[in-house]
Amino acid sequence: MDRFSVFTSRLVEKSENFTSGHRACQGCAEALAVRLVLKALGRDTIVAMATGCMEIISSPLPLTAWKVPWIHNAFENPAAVISGCESGMKALMRKGRVPKKKINFVGMGGDGATADIGMGPLSGALERGHDMVYVCYDNEAYMNTGIQRSSSTPYGASTTTSPAGTVSFGQQTEKKNLTQIAVAHNIPYVATACPSFPFDLLEKVKKAAALPGPAYIHILSVCPTGWRIQTEDAIKFGRLAVDSCIFPLYEVTHGKYNLNYRPYKKIPVEEYLKGQGRFRHLTDEEISHIQTTVDRDYQKILKRCEED
Amino acid sequence: MAKPMDQITWRELEVGAVVVEVGNAMEYETGSWRSERPVVNREQCIKCGVCWLFCPDVCIVRAPEGHFEANLTYCKGCGICAKECPVGCITMISEEE
Repeated sequence: MDRFSVFTSRLVEKSENFTSGHRACQGCAEALAVRLVLKALGRDTIVAMATGCMEIISSPLPLTAWKVPWIHNAFENPAAVISGCESGMKALMRKGRVPKKKINFVGMGGDGATADIGMGPLSGALERGHDMVYVCYDNEAYMNTGIQRSSSTPYGASTTTSPAGTVSFGQQTEKKNLTQIAVAHNIPYVATACPSFPFDLLEKVKKAAALPGPAYIHILSVCPTGWRIQTEDAIKFGRLAVDSCIFPLYEVTHGKYNLNYRPYKKIPVEEYLKGQGRFRHLTDEEISHIQTTVDRDYQKILKRCEED
Repeated sequence: MAKPMDQITWRELEVGAVVVEVGNAMEYETGSWRSERPVVNREQCIKCGVCWLFCPDVCIVRAPEGHFEANLTYCKGCGICAKECPVGCITMISEEE
């Protein structure tokens, strides 16, 4: 039995560290991602979370949906605060004030907190080599404040600050590749994950927590409200993003690339784009441009995976 | 919490607005948001637990007989369970019926 990885829903950890009663929109895959991440981490976890959707929906003041120690931060801070927590606990354990045990230190932020506002502190925390995990929940815009573009918004997406119309086709620039920025810090573990592939996500979070040193996990979390899709399609669109290679699932362990999921049949990006309201204005020309960039990026990842 | 949420004043908050009770969001019943509810056909259910794994609201619970059913106190009616069920044994029924 030890030689096989068995993936069955019924064998997944039963305890929940993220409770019902949080106020996420219907079909929020980000809430699902938080739930799965906490399932993988267990109770011995300290979380520092940046402002954003997840903070707003999980902790309206007298209530909290978290069953683990949780610190609310401003947009910039989660990486800095969690590295301070880690250093503080290390010192307390050395002095014998708290019993020695393995604690998972987890910084969390949305794409706005990670890609735009908290980029500097995150880079610093990764460079200083704290034993922590940073999880970015990427829903590709500032969904909490009403769908404003972030640097993680993909090319062509219509948001309230990059609206599509007669003059513009939406977001003019390409998505910032945060995973590659994290890889460039030469940290022990970087991975991309998606809650539509829950076992892959659970394994990656466990691996990131177990490896000493900083780890970065980029999670694509589908947002039905901001992406203008049906609530029940949240899982489906995560799967389409991976199958169309817009968001390949790979991990980089000590600089070694590994592609975790190779789509059985690579589907054209059009299938991913056409169901979403934020992309429905795109013409064939723009879709073929997106297809070209996706193919280019995917070939790069494939090449690196084959080299290692 | 000792008091209902709408009766709490600032005097009862902890210093630094620390919430000392874990997971007390359970007091807020999100089931009232729902316009459609999931109904499980128990004869078709293969008890795989996929609906439980994919529920963002942590509201699917395992019934004593091994079936999985939604806790309607918290179910927001997103329909993910009905869509992802491999045998299609969950249907969404309008709350008006």
